[in-house]
Amino acid sequence: MSDFTPLSGLAGGIMIGAAAALLLLLNGRIAGISGIAGGIMNNAGRERLWRIAFVVGLVVGPLAVAAVTGAMPQVEIEAQWPWLVAAGLLVGFGTRLGSGCTSGHGVCGLARLSPRSLAATATFMIVAAATVYVVRHVIG
Amino acid sequence: MPRTVSALLIGMLFGAGLAVSGMMNPAKVLGFLDITGDWDPTLAFVMGGALIVALPATLLARRRARPVLAESFDLPGKRTIDLPLIAGSALFGLGWGLAGFCPGPAFAALSTGLWQVGLFVLAMLTGMLAFRLLRAN
Repeated sequence: MSDFTPLSGLAGGIMIGAAAALLLLLNGRIAGISGIAGGIMNNAGRERLWRIAFVVGLVVGPLAVAAVTGAMPQVEIEAQWPWLVAAGLLVGFGTRLGSGCTSGHGVCGLARLSPRSLAATATFMIVAAATVYVVRHVIG
Repeated sequence: MPRTVSALLIGMLFGAGLAVSGMMNPAKVLGFLDITGDWDPTLAFVMGGALIVALPATLLARRRARPVLAESFDLPGKRTIDLPLIAGSALFGLGWGLAGFCPGPAFAALSTGLWQVGLFVLAMLTGMLAFRLLRAN
């Protein structure tokens, strides 16, 4: 457990949960990122505008953290570019077909005690862990 | 206008949370998913922290007739666990395990300016568009 960071994990998690809570109580919407991003293509006018604003905020947020801490948050990418393309296509298509991702099902859905979100979260967690097992310990 | 401004600020809080939690970093996410390797349980603490806040907020929302800035709540109404839900989640899990990026952290990591993140996000948006086109037919 070399990189275990429970305190910053908990703090960041509380910020993510607060964002989900605020979007629900203020805007009446679920903070599912795949749904928000996918909805940019499916909507027009105000319904499209708030989604674009939210995604812009997602990109600006880490910059604000960097401005406060003085260091850009670490991003280490191990996958080679063909795998990044394949993974991106799967994540985009899969989250739309499955109606959600880690935020929509994993945070908002579980907070709503939705059986659908519990099933979805269990499925993508197990498949992702199995994928990492194969990539790192069977092939690698 | 207030809804757009609040969405921008809430998006920033979400993105900042991803950065603080370490989940913007695919290496850290893969460290969680690699349960038989050098396991890093941080992601469970992130989800736990998020649920501590999101759960009571959801209960509070149920007691309100409408949200503060919008006319009505727009919440998922579907209840059945069907094939698209499971198949889609499995495809997502496969992609998540391959690269360590899910949609939120991928957008947030665009802030680094790394070309690999741009490539992933472009492919992800293409996947979303492909689903939309397939469903339309």
